[in-house]
This record gives sequence, structure tokens and C-alpha cells, in this order.
Amino acid sequence: MEKLKNDPRVIDALLILGMILPIAVGAALKILLIPAAEGVEITGAHIFFTLPFPLGGLPITETQVNQWLVMISLLFVCLYLTRGLKSIPDKKRQHLAEWIVEQTEKLVKGNMGDYFEDFAPFIGAVLGLSAFSSLLSLTGLFPPTSDLNVTAGWAILVFILITYYKMKCGPLHYLKSFAEPVPFLAPLNVISEFATPVSMAFRHYGNILSGTVISALLAVALQGLSRLVLGWLPGFLGQIPLFRIGLPAVFSVYFDIFSGCLQAFIFAMLTMLYVAGGFPAEEYFKRQKQKAKKASKKTSIKNLEVI
Amino acid sequence: MLELAIGIILGCCALGAGAAMIAGIGPGIGEGNAVAAACEAIGRQPESKSDVTSTMLMGCAVAETTGLYALVIAILLIFVAPRIFVSILMETIGR
Repeated sequence: MEKLKNDPRVIDALLILGMILPIAVGAALKILLIPAAEGVEITGAHIFFTLPFPLGGLPITETQVNQWLVMISLLFVCLYLTRGLKSIPDKKRQHLAEWIVEQTEKLVKGNMGDYFEDFAPFIGAVLGLSAFSSLLSLTGLFPPTSDLNVTAGWAILVFILITYYKMKCGPLHYLKSFAEPVPFLAPLNVISEFATPVSMAFRHYGNILSGTVISALLAVALQGLSRLVLGWLPGFLGQIPLFRIGLPAVFSVYFDIFSGCLQAFIFAMLTMLYVAGGFPAEEYFKRQKQKAKKASKKTSIKNLEVI
Repeated sequence: MLELAIGIILGCCALGAGAAMIAGIGPGIGEGNAVAAACEAIGRQPESKSDVTSTMLMGCAVAETTGLYALVIAILLIFVAPRIFVSILMETIGR
């Protein structure tokens, strides 16, 4: 028993189980709790139950449950990839982990500059969470990103980040940036400021949702087509969904895999561009220099006094 | 009479959704231009293919936004709006 506990293979197996189990739990919840639809139906997230809450009920939907399952699964992926790190890598997974980290850091450095180097973990998290959430539709579960609430939450987070970095030179400088290039354009600048999170949220949500809707419509259309072609055959031969075998998978490569990964990349990319673009770098570094000069002057004066 | 009113509401919602998707023309033309320009750029400088491709995808996604706004409006009109409009109608006639 003691030997079994320390065997690295057992821990690896447990970690892999931790990756797969949340998805299985999600599938089980879907099968058990959600009533089967007649044919193909396009619906929003199913509400499992409503928590009593001081300000009206707090509905616990499929979106929240699936999002948490994706997060747990991703956590185990990270634990699996970073287990038993060595200075001279001898496992494939360490190479993979290093490749991911290096690529993310390169991407962040290339797009945001040296000042934002610390953004790499955040951008990596956004990329991974978004991509895995969209790819959840491959397992037949409801992808959390096709709910506006999720993407809107991420967009609001990004908006707060953008505003924080715009305020780095003080709130006055931030307010002044609205009056550029001419003061009477200020209302338009305010609108475009708020359009940023709205467009980010709608872009991600719309892309994933349209993929889901088109997949569902395609399934119905192919069902009709196969009934048209084979419907005249007697018995169960007429019921064979000929065109639904394999053909939807081809479209799924575009709508689920390509579109999901592309949207994750674009969301991360736009986050980087907006945050780095909103940051008044020149002004900030000028002020930092002035501060440093003042501080050095003060210390030199103090040193003189001491002498 | 009520059936007629509800029928008009449903029909107009569907028509509105279809009309909203006319906005798909814009992103189509825009993305086509972007891809054409990217192809030209790659033809001129084949070594910069990966950079051009990622920038092009980025631009395509941004150009797609207006189309997606239209999509969101259309989906709201099909799945959400009829119920709200019918309930408003029911309230006004007091049922």
C-alpha cells in the first residue's frame, strides 16, 4: 500500500482521472436532470435550481456548472503538466508545459512590450479558459461561452484592467484623455470607451452561439435529407440517418474547434492590445523619471546635511 | 382577433430577424477585402506568412463584429422578443 502511494504512475492516473471526471459529471448531470428534447431544439442554458437570495433568486444554470467543471478540469491539466519538473526535462509533458509558457510569454512581450511582462499568466489563463470552454461543445455539453453572462463577465474584467492602466498617471490625466483630439468629441470618446467591453462580449458570445445554432440547424437539415433519400425504403431501412453519419463532424471542425480556438486567441489578443494601447507609456515613464530625480536630489541633500 | 394579433407579432418578429441579417453583407465584403489583401501580401513576401495570417485573422474578427451584432438582434427577435410582445399585448387587453 505504501509503495502504491508513492508510485508516480498512480498519481498521474489520478490526475488524468481528475481531468476527465468533471466532463463525465457534466454529461451525467445533463442526462439525468435535463429532459430530453423532441428532435433537435435550440435552447439557452437550462436552470438546475434557484438559490434563495436577498435580492431575488439566484439561478444556478448549466452555464455556471459547466464553467466550474471546465475550471476544475483545467486545474488538473495544469497539475499534470507541471508534475515532477526537472532542470533537465526528461518527460514529454514538461516540454509541452515549457513550450506553452514560452509561447505565451513571447506573445505577451511581442504585443505589449517589456513593461507588461507580468501579464503572461493572466493572458494564458484567459486563453486556456476560453478555448477549453468553447471546446466543451465537442463533448455535447453546453459550452459556457455561448452564454452572454460569461463573456460579459470577462469583458467587464478586461474593462476594469484597461481603466486601471489608463489611470496610472492619475485620474486627471485619464479625464483629459477623453478631450482628445478636440474637446467636443468627448461624448463620442465616452461611447467608444463603453463600446469596447460590449463588442468584446458580443463577439465571443455571438461566434460560439452561431456555431451551436448552425450545427443544430445542420443536423435537422441532414436528417430531412436522409429521410428524403432513404424514406421510400421499407421498415427500419428508411430510418437510417445516412447523412448524419460523420458529415456533421466535418462542419464541427470549423464551427467548434477552429472558431472556438480563434475566438479565444482573439479575446486574449484584444485584451493585450487594449490594455497596452490605453496605457499612457510616455507620460508614465517621464513622471517616473522625474520622481526618481526628485528622490535622488532629496537624498543627496540629506547626505550633504549629514556631512 | 387575438390569434390574428399574435400571428402578426410572430410574423413581424421573423421578418425583422431576416431583415437584421442583411447586415451580413457588410462583414462579408470587409473580410473578403482583408483576405484578398493578405493573399497579395503573402504573394509578395512569402516569408512573412505567419505574421500576415495572424494579423488577418485578428482583423477579420474585428470586422465580423457588426455582423455578430445583427446575429444577436436576430436571435433575440426569434427566441426572446415574441414572448415579451405577446405578454405586453395580453396585459394591454387585460387578460
